[in-house]
Amino acid sequence: MADLTIAPVRHSGPLPTARSRRRYSAVVTALALGAVLLGFGVLAWDNPMPLGSEGFWTIARMRATSLAVMAVVGFCQGIATVSFQTVTNNRIITPSIMGFEALYVLVQTSAVFFLGAAGIMAVQGVGQYLLQVCLMVGFAALLYGWLLSGRRGNMQIMLLVGIILGAAMGAASTFMQRLLTPSEFDLLMARLIGSIANADATYLGVAVPLAAVAGGLLWSQTRRLNVLALGRETAINLGVSHQRQTMVVLLLTSVLMAVSTSLVGPLTFLGFLVAMLSYQLADTHDHRHLFPVAWLTGFVVLAGAYFVLKHVFYAAGSIGVIIEIVGGGFFLSYILRKGRL
Amino acid sequence: MTALTRSHAQPPASPPAAEPRPRPARGRLFTWPLLIGLVITAGLVVLSLFVGVYDVFGAEDGSEMFAITRVPRTIALVLSGAAMAMSGLVMQQLTQNRFVEPTTTGTTEWAGLGLLLTMVLVPEASLLVKMTVAVITAFIGTMVFFAFLRRVTLRSSVIVPIVGMMLGAVVGAFSTYIALSTNMLQSMGIWFAGSFTSVLRGQYEPLWVVVAVAVGVFIAADRFTIAGLGQEVATNVGLNYNRVVLLGTGLIAIATGVVTVVVGNLPFLGLVVPNLVSLFRGDDLRSNLPWVCLVGISVVTVCDIIGRVIIMPFEVPASTILAMIGAVVFLGLLLRKRNHG
Amino acid sequence: MITLSGVLKTYSSEVAIGPVDLSIPPGGITALVGPNGAGKSTLLVMIGRLLGMDAGTIEVAGYDIARTHSADLAKILSVLRQENHFVTRLTVRQLVGFGRFPHSKGRIKAEDEAIISRSIDFLDLADLEGRYLDELSGGQRQRAYVAMVLAQDTEYVLLDEPLNNLDMQHSVQMMQHLQRAATELGRTVVIVLHDINFASHYADYICAVKDGGVVSFGAPDELMRDEVLTAIFDTEVRVVEGPRGRIAVYY
Repeated sequence: MADLTIAPVRHSGPLPTARSRRRYSAVVTALALGAVLLGFGVLAWDNPMPLGSEGFWTIARMRATSLAVMAVVGFCQGIATVSFQTVTNNRIITPSIMGFEALYVLVQTSAVFFLGAAGIMAVQGVGQYLLQVCLMVGFAALLYGWLLSGRRGNMQIMLLVGIILGAAMGAASTFMQRLLTPSEFDLLMARLIGSIANADATYLGVAVPLAAVAGGLLWSQTRRLNVLALGRETAINLGVSHQRQTMVVLLLTSVLMAVSTSLVGPLTFLGFLVAMLSYQLADTHDHRHLFPVAWLTGFVVLAGAYFVLKHVFYAAGSIGVIIEIVGGGFFLSYILRKGRL
Repeated sequence: MTALTRSHAQPPASPPAAEPRPRPARGRLFTWPLLIGLVITAGLVVLSLFVGVYDVFGAEDGSEMFAITRVPRTIALVLSGAAMAMSGLVMQQLTQNRFVEPTTTGTTEWAGLGLLLTMVLVPEASLLVKMTVAVITAFIGTMVFFAFLRRVTLRSSVIVPIVGMMLGAVVGAFSTYIALSTNMLQSMGIWFAGSFTSVLRGQYEPLWVVVAVAVGVFIAADRFTIAGLGQEVATNVGLNYNRVVLLGTGLIAIATGVVTVVVGNLPFLGLVVPNLVSLFRGDDLRSNLPWVCLVGISVVTVCDIIGRVIIMPFEVPASTILAMIGAVVFLGLLLRKRNHG
Repeated sequence: MITLSGVLKTYSSEVAIGPVDLSIPPGGITALVGPNGAGKSTLLVMIGRLLGMDAGTIEVAGYDIARTHSADLAKILSVLRQENHFVTRLTVRQLVGFGRFPHSKGRIKAEDEAIISRSIDFLDLADLEGRYLDELSGGQRQRAYVAMVLAQDTEYVLLDEPLNNLDMQHSVQMMQHLQRAATELGRTVVIVLHDINFASHYADYICAVKDGGVVSFGAPDELMRDEVLTAIFDTEVRVVEGPRGRIAVYY
């Protein structure tokens, strides 16, 4: 009976010690605070109208669209990358290299190539947005169904095949791009570099529900994700049907990636950056604790980059490039540390 | 192809002689199949000389055009094809991984970055300067990749190219950023897409350096094989491991850097050719070397001829066709690996 | 009771496991022994449904493992391979806690915590339970995995060479732990062993596997004979009577 008094000390939850629980709450609070501050900063900074006036809110409302886009993209990229890295048992890859971005580039390039400058308009619109998302998810489903199912299903080969197909699509895009006139090319490039400005407010009506459904379904799988992280054999031993579960998670991931990529364009290393920061910040294996941190981190990174670029460097357009370089730098430093893959 | 298959049947075909014949450790270098392969390759090369929009026989200045464009172009095909195929072979030997070559380790992207940096910082730099910088960055990039391989314990050979291509994507993102901020994106795309269209007399000559690389590879072939077995094995047989790796990296960097500057990117060539050759001939590096050169030359030449003919009077860059064919062959190799364990 | 009938796994035209017919009685420790590449581990992981078979059926406690839900099997059968790596950072206790997943589905309750504590204490890991796995030695990590499998609270426990990475002291301790698990907790332990003498001393049954088939099965005394072992291992083996039972001498 004396056990009861010391029982709280021995517990196997995701945050085993009181210190780790305090740390986690502090991290979440700080991130949330940062998110609110940045959100307010994006709305109010440099707003020519006095705070609270009608004109202020008109401008703020326009900027709020950007905020919403960043919230969606941060959510999609953060959660998708964490889940993807869990099921692939590999912390140095991002789902974006699996051909999603190459497909996006190919679709956009073909539109301009075949239709000229008018092509840019032809691929805009909610219907087209949805079509593009479906195309990407369909591509992912075919790839996973082909290479992950059956007895010979092999995760690593699936990853490599995805990357190779991406490279082939990239070559086709590059070829079409070199035949474009410089003005068409500039128009196209604006779409091909990840930018918050790419997003149309009307897309949010589709993007938010899609992201919410996919994210919610992933949330319902978080406990199984914790088991999948232990590898195939341990997962099967614990009664999780590894193959089916992996496919489900990867498909949901592909929905999130498609929503994000079609919204703002390719952001190859955002997911990597966010996931890596989230692991450090959350310091737990439990996906119920990781997901909120990943979302908040994703938003803070995006909004922070946006804010700094817009108000310090006056170059909001190249947010994608900045994130690529920072994320890429982190990637390099990460792989040069000793580790096991 | 018949030549290739027949060579496969040759080594075991030696009839059981009355008295035991000495069993050589390696096959003979020059065999009938190799001569046949040589003839086929020569045929392709000659064909390349006479394919094109310009009628080199009918027109008045035909012979002059022949000397200015066709001959340099064909020589460039031969040299760069052999160079990239051998680079791939050396990298595969050093890393003992079949999926490694300049495209899947980021080497090409590093060379491109060096080239771009010179173009931006010193626009009036001579071809030689550009090449030197590209070779140096290619060297650094390859060393980064090797450093990564040595530090990290990998579970699967397929992870290696995944990491390498991520690495390439990071460097590529950085190049994109520079090109974007200096308005050189489209010209960069054209420059990097390996094409032999613009190879003219007076511009391709640096490619001859590749011959020296080929000789170096021939001489050091066995050392690369031993170094590929690891530092302990190499030291055990009295080989300075680090020096061999540096030598190999240097040769690869020279070949990749020079080809990138003069011709552009030739994706997957270094991967597909050595794998095809070893599929038919097994894995003896030295006796495979001439085959790798020949097949490399043939593949590039065929791609270039297809590119010239397919949408006459326009040209598709050889790299585009190579990327498509290369991706298909790569996929075939991967699926073969999957099916055979 | 574990029953294999006509179990077959083909790798190529030359290499195949089976067809194997075998019954492993409930209770006690059954050791799978045999030369390298004989197929011991393959048989074990096929029983543990980690590897599919090409023909035949395997029943564990009356359940056909190919037809039973994996989640239900996880409550009667646990399996541990020798190589386990993943990138997640876990403490020993968190890892052992995962053993409760088949029962708790991830929501760990007080009774789960009690079972987790019991498994940890059972393997003398109480002092290490807050440490991260990557801070442990290979032997300690091995024990943590075994603790996880015991926390799974299954009647059948399959272990693939659990003595790998363990020195003499820890090998003996591990076998003693497993023996206690079999006698005190009533588990059926099936284990792949390399050392025939460990099998002779600790196992209740020995199953000799050679060239993809079962060549003999029985109590240690039946198998620990010169001619039987010599035939199994293709090496001149002499069995001598030691102070604590029979010992095979092969050098």
